[in-house]
Amino acid sequence: MKRIMMLGLLVVALLMTGCGTDTPTATPASGGPSTPAAGGGGATATTAASSGGPATEVSFYYPVAVGGPISKILQGYADKFNAANPDVHVTPVFAGGYNDVLTKIQTALQGGGNPPELAVMLSTDMQTLIDADMISPFDDFINSSADGKALIDDIYPAFLRNSQQDGHTYGIPFQRSTPVLYYNKDLFKAAGLDPEHGPATWDDLVAYGKQLTKRDSNGNVTTWGLEIPSDGFPYWLFQGFAIANGQNVLGDAPNKVRFNDPSTVAALQFFADLSQKDQIEPPGVVIWNNTPTDFEAGKVAMVYHTTGSLTTILQKSKFPVGVSFLPKKQQYGAPTGGGNFYIFKKTDPAKQKAAWRFVQFMTSPEQAAQWSIDTGYIAIRKSAYDVPAMKDYVVKVPQALVARDQLQYAEKELTAHNSTQIQHILGTAIQAAITGKSPPQAALDDAQKQADQLLSQFSK
Amino acid sequence: MAETTVPARPAGRAQAAQPSRLRATFRDSANYLLILPTLLGILAFTLWPLIAGVWNSLFLQNQAHLHPQFAGLENYARLVNDPVFGQVLGNTLLYTLGTVPASIGIALVLALLLNRRLRGVGWLRSAFFYPTMMPMVSVATVWLFMYSPQVGLVNATLQALHLGSPNWLGDDRLVLPALMVLGIWKQSGYLMIFYLAGLQSLPKEVYEAAALDGAGPWQTLRRITWPLLSGTTLFVATIAIAGAFQTTDQIFIMTDGGPNNASDLLLYHIYLTAFRFGDLGLAQAGTVVLLAMLLVVTTANLVFGGRRAYYEDAR
Amino acid sequence: MIRRRMLDGLALAGLIAWAGLWLVPLLWTVAVAFRPPDAALTAETLWYGGGLSLDNFKEAWDAVPFAQYYVNTLLIVGGILIVQLITVTLAGYAFARRPLPGREGLFLVLLTQILIPTGALLIPNYATIRALNLYDTRLAVMLPFFASAFGTFLMRQTFRQVPIDLDDAARLDGANWLQTLRHVYLPGARPALVAFALVSTIFHWNDFFWPLIVLNSDAKLPLTVGLAKFTQMGESGAQWSLITAGTLLVIAPLLVLFLIFQRQFVDSMLKSGLK
Repeated sequence: MKRIMMLGLLVVALLMTGCGTDTPTATPASGGPSTPAAGGGGATATTAASSGGPATEVSFYYPVAVGGPISKILQGYADKFNAANPDVHVTPVFAGGYNDVLTKIQTALQGGGNPPELAVMLSTDMQTLIDADMISPFDDFINSSADGKALIDDIYPAFLRNSQQDGHTYGIPFQRSTPVLYYNKDLFKAAGLDPEHGPATWDDLVAYGKQLTKRDSNGNVTTWGLEIPSDGFPYWLFQGFAIANGQNVLGDAPNKVRFNDPSTVAALQFFADLSQKDQIEPPGVVIWNNTPTDFEAGKVAMVYHTTGSLTTILQKSKFPVGVSFLPKKQQYGAPTGGGNFYIFKKTDPAKQKAAWRFVQFMTSPEQAAQWSIDTGYIAIRKSAYDVPAMKDYVVKVPQALVARDQLQYAEKELTAHNSTQIQHILGTAIQAAITGKSPPQAALDDAQKQADQLLSQFSK
Repeated sequence: MAETTVPARPAGRAQAAQPSRLRATFRDSANYLLILPTLLGILAFTLWPLIAGVWNSLFLQNQAHLHPQFAGLENYARLVNDPVFGQVLGNTLLYTLGTVPASIGIALVLALLLNRRLRGVGWLRSAFFYPTMMPMVSVATVWLFMYSPQVGLVNATLQALHLGSPNWLGDDRLVLPALMVLGIWKQSGYLMIFYLAGLQSLPKEVYEAAALDGAGPWQTLRRITWPLLSGTTLFVATIAIAGAFQTTDQIFIMTDGGPNNASDLLLYHIYLTAFRFGDLGLAQAGTVVLLAMLLVVTTANLVFGGRRAYYEDAR
Repeated sequence: MIRRRMLDGLALAGLIAWAGLWLVPLLWTVAVAFRPPDAALTAETLWYGGGLSLDNFKEAWDAVPFAQYYVNTLLIVGGILIVQLITVTLAGYAFARRPLPGREGLFLVLLTQILIPTGALLIPNYATIRALNLYDTRLAVMLPFFASAFGTFLMRQTFRQVPIDLDDAARLDGANWLQTLRHVYLPGARPALVAFALVSTIFHWNDFFWPLIVLNSDAKLPLTVGLAKFTQMGESGAQWSLITAGTLLVIAPLLVLFLIFQRQFVDSMLKSGLK
């Protein structure tokens, strides 16, 4: 028994020495409380060990990887920046899904662990972050440099709507998107539809869908006309329908939402009918993660998905892919989506400055263009589309311009106090309608009630 | 051991020489040192959290109240008035009813069939036991893929048999059964081992006597095996119930509680409340409810099952 | 007689088919992971399509730091096990053979840990960890498990099987309690300790939710949490061949060990007299 113990201790000791070299902050298993600087972030301030010099360390949390080697891409950008700015050292840290990063916010909210210096989080997290007094506005940085002012003027206004509040700029857009409609040009041709244009209106959507849905001799569907995901964050794609029918789901203040306006109820009815009445969509809740795979496999002709998936979908589809606006009803409409840069309050001013320099780098026209090319996210500023690399790219991949062009019709993504829960409430209502559990009017009335109750705790 | 020069003492625990009371007390308290780490651990991570959890559930601590504010039973009132919470409780009970008896039944059948000296029986046993070796998160990932309506194995097989293509994880009536199948598959092999152990410790004479009396296999099972195994069944049921109430990993990976809260089980709901919605006070209240439910169900299991359990003589 | 044989054969065939069914998820995972990354997933190519390739494994290994995750898992599982072996042996011995006034009360305390699974106490324990300032440490992952009532009862049971005369004989020879423990009690306890070690290892290797809650930095995550993060990468849809490869990387060690030592695994759990 003692021998086993000794052996075990030896093994553990060996392992501990072995793993210490991996990152500067690998706390040994038997260590005590994590040092304050090491708290919530990845790499930290104090160690000169890794960089060997007095560079200001900035850890940068990024959430979702948009499929593909995003870690490599971001590390590449960080390396480029670090090389050009030897007095700063930025370390990107993949922090999990959007939900994971939010969890980390909540945790820090409850008083423990320090946030990283810089993070990309959902634009809709802004209110939560403000409520928790966690983030600093970028105002001073913007106003103190010509580049800063130029940046704000150059960013597409649609993106700024979820980034500014009360005259302050709390977030700088980074990986932004809108949903778009992807369609399989081959399947369009086979069904006698024009492969160069997606469905323009809601009526077109249904008509196309019916022609594209194929069934076998037993009546089972072999190819679906349409898939619109409704798990995860169903409110996002639904906003497209609501806005297209005339009214967004947000109220005019962070403690107000508009879930059960007549036009919104009608929008949900239309959404639910796609699977229940028109039968061009699979019944039940469609899973976000499965949708691109189904599309690439040719199992569905049209899908709604984020423009951030563009690069991957183009890579994996063995047929020509068309991209178009979300179909219109009263008007075209789409929510914006994606994440902003945020800097955190409890950070040392020198690090905040260093973080800002990295933000400037990442949002420069060239870098913004490159990021868009690498992923499919929309480049956040207009001048990025004048960059030569981007000009070449859009010749080869004209689909990349669709989301940008849709921006003129784009509106604010659903956000409020207690954002996640508000989104969850609306999402549940949407799922209830789609699964047929509850008619849209009842579901949305219920959601409005719950949301009002939740938001009543906040005075504005 | 070297021979020590100790004054001869009579054998047995009673000591002829009279040690001082102090020495005896000292030695006794030294015994307590042996169990101290264990006791401390249980105090710190089982008993204390119990008390602290109940206490903290009386405070509002969420995004509207960043600093805890005493509120009495308000969190519980909120739970009672929350239709989603009621749904979650129902889901949890359904899931437990759907997985526990089935897993136990399959485990017993497998143990009966595999309790023999067949060549390769080890391999057969492993074929059922191996899911235990894998973390639920990886298993859930695989099953998420398998349940994928258009490209997954389950529907591909069903379609080949012209049986349609249900949306397993996207239909609020199918999602819980889909998770139950996964749960049963994962743990039946584990429970089977306990039944195997139980079967192997059963007295052979009883079976020989029964065979002589002409008892058929079904009678033997009902009248002899099942009652003799009741202790094992009790044990296995307790494990299975506790496991069902702690189901979280597969929900995290596969459904996030949806669609429409249909697969939201209690412990996962507590997690969402604390970490997604930022409401720690409410989550503590939910924990108290969970513990109460667990206590009720486990006690019922013990009382109801224990009364019918038959134990061998303790050796 | 022949009918009995036929029925037996049929039963065996049925059993084998049933076992095959149970194996399907694993087999399919392997079938998908070993195909080239861009190979399609269609009805025709369900089990095989596009050839064999190790690219998915390479890509998965590069995508997230699996090596670090392995180290963390080993640290956590090993740390827990070592401390557990010590505490359950000492406590089991004390309960089995040492006078302990008030032992009934102490039993009740032990019993609470058996009645109340640690999973149910996620939130309160998380609060404790935060209060102790141990958030985001691997120690936090291990701490609640250092004491094991189950292990204590197991060892107590095992030690009580040792004839008391041996204990007395050792005492007569002048052995103190530690020597008695080492030479009289432990030798026969090996099967029980092995069984306990197996159960503990499997449980903690596969534990997910607790480390998810108390850990934050990527560098400290064990395999389970790392895999979950890896699965969530990809806003643009699940890349199943990549994900299955990553999954296999996580489950391979335990599974391979199990395949090699399956007889011992199962036997030791059977023989440990778990009741």
